[in-house]
Amino acid sequence: MDNFINRIFSKEPSSADKAKDRLRLVLINDRTDLSAASLENLKDDLLEVLSRYIQIDPKSMKIDITQEGREQRLIADIPISGPISRKY
Amino acid sequence: MSAKVITITSGKGGVGKTTATANIGAALANMGQRVACIDADIGLRNLDVVLGLENRIVYDLVDAVEGRCRLNQAMIKDKHIPNLFLIPSAQTRDKTAVSPSDMIRLCDELRPDLDWIIVDSPAGIERGFKNAIAPADQVIVVTNPEVSAVRDADRIIGIVEAEEKGTPKLLINRLDPEMVKQNNMLSADDVVDLLAIHLLGIVPEDKEVLISTNQGTPISLNNKSLAGQAYQNIARRIMGEDVPLLDLDKGSGFFNKLSSVFGSGD
Repeated sequence: MDNFINRIFSKEPSSADKAKDRLRLVLINDRTDLSAASLENLKDDLLEVLSRYIQIDPKSMKIDITQEGREQRLIADIPISGPISRKY
Repeated sequence: MSAKVITITSGKGGVGKTTATANIGAALANMGQRVACIDADIGLRNLDVVLGLENRIVYDLVDAVEGRCRLNQAMIKDKHIPNLFLIPSAQTRDKTAVSPSDMIRLCDELRPDLDWIIVDSPAGIERGFKNAIAPADQVIVVTNPEVSAVRDADRIIGIVEAEEKGTPKLLINRLDPEMVKQNNMLSADDVVDLLAIHLLGIVPEDKEVLISTNQGTPISLNNKSLAGQAYQNIARRIMGEDVPLLDLDKGSGFFNKLSSVFGSGD
């Protein structure tokens, strides 16, 4: 019951939720040997390459590593904002 | 008979590997199986005191490996269960005294006379751990519902898989159902979700474990203790029985039920 009341009156996530969220990221980093910082670099590099072919809004580009069982998957969601303007 | 070798490991120290080894071994032996528990933590002998056999040691694992005694001379008969044996670790030697191939040879020599060989691995991922998993047919990873223990368990699972020992099974130790209910401890589901391996069993936090270790009697011989029952169930699952998880949720009053209706997430 305490827990129920806490949930209504506090916006703070519980310590168990925090632990799970932190662990999820740590395990992905450990398993892939890819830190959050190098994931950012990967994103920048990817953006640079893709921009040679298609027009992308960097802000709408989402790149994440997700966990499926014991396997990691790199998921890229990249909306195309238009054809690249070519010089004739 | 040809014994199966089960190695109990964890990565992080202090999560209950030795207690799990002693109790799974005792519970299997109590079901009539012939079991030997091997303490592979050379230099930090512990399984002997947990089983209450510290006064009976004459020869140890290193003596047997180096041929100073016959293997059966290093096997100490348990005082509670006649078909349970301990091969103690050496206290004064360093961990390089035994190699992974020594462990494989030793277990192969033991297999014909036993049903199960349970190897207690030292913490860490070095020589002692490599020794412990070398002879394993199956690996059990013990963890607590804490961030550091779960992280180390994940590393260990990765290494065991890389060593082609199959995917280990998970034992979650010292789970406090009350703290889980208050959302202040990772639940068993959370841990299984993160580690993504098969759950062999959950051992609840239970003061009786310390008391029985003080006395040198495995808790799994105590039917009244919840942890003891949990270990008995784990042994039955190892034997291939389909045993449901214990109901650890004793607080089933009206308010708790109401709270769980509103999704307290346990």
